[in-house]
Amino acid sequence: MITILGISAACLVGIGLYGLIVHPHPLRKLLAFNVAGNGIFLLFGVVARRGAAAGMGGDPVPQALVITGIVVAFSATALGIAILLRYFAETGSVSLKDEKKSDW
Amino acid sequence: MSADLIFGGFLAVFALGVAAYVVMARDLFAVIVGFVAYGLLLSLAWMVLSAPDVAMTEAALGSGVMGALLFGACAKLRRTEAEEGPRLMGKCAAALLCVGITVALVAVVITLPETAPTLAPESQASLGATGLGNAVTAVLMVFRALDTMLEKVVLLIALVAVWSLAPNRVWGGHPVYELPREKNGPLIFLARCIIPVGLVAGVYLFWVGADDPGSAFAGGAILSAMALLALLAGVRSAPAVSNFWLRFSLVVGVAVFLVIGLVGLASGSGFLTYPEGLAKPVIVVIEVAMTLSIGVTMAMLVAGPPARSSRS
Repeated sequence: MITILGISAACLVGIGLYGLIVHPHPLRKLLAFNVAGNGIFLLFGVVARRGAAAGMGGDPVPQALVITGIVVAFSATALGIAILLRYFAETGSVSLKDEKKSDW
Repeated sequence: MSADLIFGGFLAVFALGVAAYVVMARDLFAVIVGFVAYGLLLSLAWMVLSAPDVAMTEAALGSGVMGALLFGACAKLRRTEAEEGPRLMGKCAAALLCVGITVALVAVVITLPETAPTLAPESQASLGATGLGNAVTAVLMVFRALDTMLEKVVLLIALVAVWSLAPNRVWGGHPVYELPREKNGPLIFLARCIIPVGLVAGVYLFWVGADDPGSAFAGGAILSAMALLALLAGVRSAPAVSNFWLRFSLVVGVAVFLVIGLVGLASGSGFLTYPEGLAKPVIVVIEVAMTLSIGVTMAMLVAGPPARSSRS
């Protein structure tokens, strides 16, 4: 059961990373990055669950770290979106493409 | 146990499916709806992992407030379409890389040691001295209090960075996070019904966090959601970022933390060491200030940089 969630967490990291690489739209990149980040949190949660002892359902230390992690991920995403919106307001586009380099 | 297994299996398949949808789907709006649903599924997964505190934070913040942030961005960016992504070759290479990383992580999960390292017994042993009943709150507020304090600082730095993106002419002005007036009749009604209930729920979550699942983070996230609802419905408009009381409520969490930490240092017991016997009341004072700061900071992060001059 816990292993199933661990494996799905690993898959979430892969899915998020793929989206981060292939999506040209910055907002999609941010979302995909969050998916990958959630996978890592969940992986940490699986480790915490396996550390259940002393009548606790899981090791509280990783759980507390994940809570702070979620908050920091949120604030980083908010900053990313603010930068993106300002960039859009200045240039009228969300393209990240470097004009000088050719596509591959 | 088998019912557990079936539930867990469904949850895993569902969450992976929605995550794939978030990454693959075309329409930005649909993707964000998917992301909010995905956050709720994740918080169920956290329940399965016996981490109700994380589940609540994920539901309130990772899904709820994040949703408000993303929909706000989507409203401004919906019509934009970035250029073509990488060609097939590039996509295949990326997929190969990601599959490799996934396989490596799966291998790690499968080969985790039989007896996991844990700090649960140590936390349990020291829990009595803190006067708290919830070990996660004890870790956040006592054992790793420095982490929590610095994390508040990170939130503030993020907000300062967001504000600094304002153009010069509106510097010090008001963020704008409102819908056009004529369209939001039902929203005003909703705001009037829900905000009082939400405020009570947010304070309650922080209060029970001492002994039961709940925390200043989940409580603060709900408070910020209520503030955003008030802004969105136009019941209140956002304060100017130069407003004294706004800035006061932003820094009060870190300030109280610092003052109490320094008192501990001055009394010779060390930074962020709470006086014996008084740990619980001191922690409650810090948490009150923190909940307020977290709620206001998150709401302002979503509301974005100032967009309207305070003089007009």
